[in-house]
Amino acid sequence: MSTTTATETHAGTAEHHELSFVRKYIFSTDHKMIAKQFLFAGLMFLALGGLLAVMIRWQLGFPGRPLPVFIQWIFPDTMAPGGIILPEFYNSLVTMHATFMVFFALMPLMAGVFGNLLIPLQIGAEDMAFPRINMASFWIMPVAGFIMLASFFVEGGAAGAGWTSYAPLSTSGEWTGVYMGQILWLISLIVLGFSSILGALNYVTTVMNMRAPGMTWFRIPLATWSIFVTAWLLLLAIPILTGGLILLLADQTLGTAFFRPEGSGEPLLWQHIFWFFGHPEVYILILPAMGFVSEVIANRSRKPIFGYHSMVIAMVSIGFLGWVVWGHHMFQSGMNPLLGMTFVVTTVVIAVPSAIKTFNWMGTLWRGNIHFDTPLLHAVAFVALFIIGGLSGIFMASAPVDIYIHDTYFIVAHLHYVLVGGSLFGIFAGITYWYPKMFGRMMNEGLGKVHFTLSFLFYNMAFFPMHNLGVQGMMRRIYDPNQYEYLQGLQPLSTFISISIFLFATTQILFAFNFLWSLRAGKVAGNNPWKSCTLLWTTPSPPPHGNFPEMPIVYRGPYEYSHPDREEDYWPQDEPPETSEAGGQLAAAPSPEPVPGD
Amino acid sequence: MNFFWRMGMLLAGMLTVVIVLWVITGPSWTDLSWVMPDNTVSTFGPTLDNLWLIILWVTGIIFVVTEITLLVFMVKYRHKEGRKAEYIHGSNNAEIVWTTVTFVIVMALAFYSKGLWDEIRDPNLIPADAYQIQMLASQFEWNATYAGADGLFDTADDFISRNVLHIPVDRPVVVQLMAQDVIHSFFLPEFRVKQDAVPGMITPVWFEATRIGEFTLACAELCGLGHYTMSGTVIVHSQADFQDWLAQQQAAAEDD
Repeated sequence: MSTTTATETHAGTAEHHELSFVRKYIFSTDHKMIAKQFLFAGLMFLALGGLLAVMIRWQLGFPGRPLPVFIQWIFPDTMAPGGIILPEFYNSLVTMHATFMVFFALMPLMAGVFGNLLIPLQIGAEDMAFPRINMASFWIMPVAGFIMLASFFVEGGAAGAGWTSYAPLSTSGEWTGVYMGQILWLISLIVLGFSSILGALNYVTTVMNMRAPGMTWFRIPLATWSIFVTAWLLLLAIPILTGGLILLLADQTLGTAFFRPEGSGEPLLWQHIFWFFGHPEVYILILPAMGFVSEVIANRSRKPIFGYHSMVIAMVSIGFLGWVVWGHHMFQSGMNPLLGMTFVVTTVVIAVPSAIKTFNWMGTLWRGNIHFDTPLLHAVAFVALFIIGGLSGIFMASAPVDIYIHDTYFIVAHLHYVLVGGSLFGIFAGITYWYPKMFGRMMNEGLGKVHFTLSFLFYNMAFFPMHNLGVQGMMRRIYDPNQYEYLQGLQPLSTFISISIFLFATTQILFAFNFLWSLRAGKVAGNNPWKSCTLLWTTPSPPPHGNFPEMPIVYRGPYEYSHPDREEDYWPQDEPPETSEAGGQLAAAPSPEPVPGD
Repeated sequence: MNFFWRMGMLLAGMLTVVIVLWVITGPSWTDLSWVMPDNTVSTFGPTLDNLWLIILWVTGIIFVVTEITLLVFMVKYRHKEGRKAEYIHGSNNAEIVWTTVTFVIVMALAFYSKGLWDEIRDPNLIPADAYQIQMLASQFEWNATYAGADGLFDTADDFISRNVLHIPVDRPVVVQLMAQDVIHSFFLPEFRVKQDAVPGMITPVWFEATRIGEFTLACAELCGLGHYTMSGTVIVHSQADFQDWLAQQQAAAEDD
């Protein structure tokens, strides 16, 4: 049992003295403030990554056409002379779009924001286990981001070897024309790795040691479970990436030959290291969203989550299986083809826990009482789009079919269905759902619905036809597909996709506006606007330093909605059972009886 | 009725947006095909296209059924005043059913894929009588080396064909892929062939053309700023024409 948090610390909450501005808003050790810092930083990098995507789509939608007037003035002749994007700048755009989105937007927005916000509040802890390490974990990120941004301004421009940085292309500026940019890319990601590792260390420790009395493993809300699994993946995968990056940096700067064939290095070794990190990374980017969506769907359907235990087991299985599938990124790499079937089998097995989760979400909606609020819409969109992303994965899991679609737009479509349709819609669900707890006010519902509807429409218009481009054999990361005669006829469809992306990007202004405007003008939320059962919603919005006025005691699972014997359609985790007469006795002996759903 | 009216209007509005943008940009409906293009010219191409079609059917059915179910649930179980959700925590039977069914389906697809994978990639199954060509990829060109009259590489009568790969029809060909600088990927869309060329490695890839004609050779792996220009042509000759072409090139090579 995890009853290590001493009650005295909670009693001492009232004695917290007023903090200076710097300690409260900048170098804060409060997990909620750190979550907000990650949120603002992550959203800014998300916007930056989105702008890079718009640039990419400009080139693909209107190849050789100068950028619109105001935008073309921003770029110097080394990037876009006369507003026409250069091939080398295009390669940098592709690389940096993915880098910012994966490492500086999605990871901080999932683990950084919600790991920090949810874990202590959902398990009933006063803060994270290591508040100062937590502060360091945040402050490393803008430093890494600054280094990454700086690489745009050095001679030769930003890294252009793809976010996968395949060696030997990435080992020398000789091959790309990018010298300093690639080195800064490596240094930035090495630095950023420490942010993830410190964060993950905190998440794991906090979940394992600081749960409130009665918060057994199978009473933990699924969002915390998802971040717990993710944290383990981070803790184990990031050091592998960091190790690889250091070797690559040595190849770049010290003349070693880990990955360069001169001096008998192995280019494929880089791919093995990268994808051994890279596939767990994919689950780092999707598991938390699965957790958020589970919370939202159960709450907004007013129903216990369907198959809570299966949901947990599925997440843990996905976490394990993520380690044995990396070779499916390498079917065409020259890796021994006899290994192919091994990775085919392990890869398709991942369909099983994914299907379990999908069917359980659907089972939760079944016979529910579904409230169509913005978080629910985003959460159901996640399920609908994750189905597409999951099913398209089966095509490429089949190694012989992958021969044709590998490195085509089919892959681009698949990964954006998982990382935008999945992760980003999951993040939208999470932000709109927990915003009232973070800021004490609701986001505007009407604006939220308009943002959702337009996003969903433009998103699908942009990414669904990419599957078809892949079927026609269009390669990814191609500056101008019209170089190939057989792709010239697809230009109108590329233009259609590009305009849809521009519309999708523009729609996000609505979200930004709603987010900022609601900070001041939103409806005051109260403690529990969604009538949720988890401990998080028993605190004031926003929760004070120390979170809980007194140590909460947990009596039941996190999704006790619509219990037939109760008037209210939710049953908070910390509400003493009605049969008990004296609450004081229970507090002394925190071993509540098991209840259904536990 | 109100609910359905509003949803109907919303859908109609969305559809209008799609159609308007579609008409403005002007793609063809056939661009949206999910079936592999009917252009394959290798012996294993039709088998691969067929496997694609099987996966398309399986995933397509699952896609339609799950998305419709989701939609029905959303409509049917939407919030109504005075209704309470059912207090259900799950069903072990349901979990067992969908776990087993999913497992069986994906395993069947995996093992069904094995035959074709072995046929294309098993190094022991490369046809022994295949015609050998060496292909050196470099930034940003494809250099195909032919062995010349003696049938041996690294001899004086070798000759190189740049960015044009000549091969005979109805005879297996093995291309020994190499790369000079960075990784390139040897992609023949019509042949359903793709294989990375990695510096420091020699990777064999075989295929057999079933039709005479000119086809695409593309680079599918980002290989630097000229990556998008790294295209070439595959010319499939009749066997007699191929012999003539070889003789002609050898003569030219010997003249040098």
